[in-house]
Amino acid sequence: MIYEVFRQERKGQPFQHAGSIEAADERFAEAYAREQYGRRGESVALWVVERGSIMRIDEFVDELNRNYHRVDGYPLKEKLKEARERAGTAAPRDR
Amino acid sequence: MSERAQLLLEIADDELILGWRDSEWTGIAPFLEEDVAFSSIAQNEIGHARALYELAARELGTTADELAFDRQPAEYRCSRLVELRLPEWERTIARHVLYEGADAERLERLKASDDAELAGLAAKIDREEAYHRLHAEMWHERLKGEPRYEAALEELRPLVEERNGHSPELQELWDEMTSVRRSQPAGTTW
Repeated sequence: MIYEVFRQERKGQPFQHAGSIEAADERFAEAYAREQYGRRGESVALWVVERGSIMRIDEFVDELNRNYHRVDGYPLKEKLKEARERAGTAAPRDR
Repeated sequence: MSERAQLLLEIADDELILGWRDSEWTGIAPFLEEDVAFSSIAQNEIGHARALYELAARELGTTADELAFDRQPAEYRCSRLVELRLPEWERTIARHVLYEGADAERLERLKASDDAELAGLAAKIDREEAYHRLHAEMWHERLKGEPRYEAALEELRPLVEERNGHSPELQELWDEMTSVRRSQPAGTTW
């Protein structure tokens, strides 16, 4: 079985993928995760999850190229400048 | 030598020699994850040995290194169990399981000792040994009932507390373990 290990470096921080381990069952996975990702004080917590339990999504259909669904569909620079002029306030860096 | 120093050396020798033997799997354990885990256990055991030697050394007016490496093989107080070279995984795991079981009982006794220094060190060591036991138990659960593993347990069980004399394998291990130290030019300090 392959287990994916996520580790949290400090309390409050997001868990990030650390790597994967091969282990016969959950007990072995726990022992190996501790040794590989927790022994040197590099983590305050680990998530260990069997790879099959992870849902993978990698197809994001956009047949009609609707750029208004994406952040790059909205160039804000000009719009923001005009809005600021109307309101009589300058951009923060010009103050 | 006081009983306390004898006991400290007995445990320290067990941990040093076992750590050395376990480290023989580094790089060739059955799979990568186990290689990392077992090597880590070996390092822990040698760390425990150092702490125990340091405690004994203070009483005996010497140093941990001198106790670990400058005695003759016959002076080591380790059990026959730890000195064997075991190039078979099932025998290695059988030794690991037997040793951790006996070591846990020994540490419980030490933790209850009136000697605060000894009890404190035993408690510290026991917190690491808890993970060794976890590791030993999961392997035991995995292998129990397998004829080769069961045979290894039977073969090795009588050696756990066998401290009369040593096998020739300890001499070979000692030669290797102390070769760097014995080769030091006069006046070298570490």
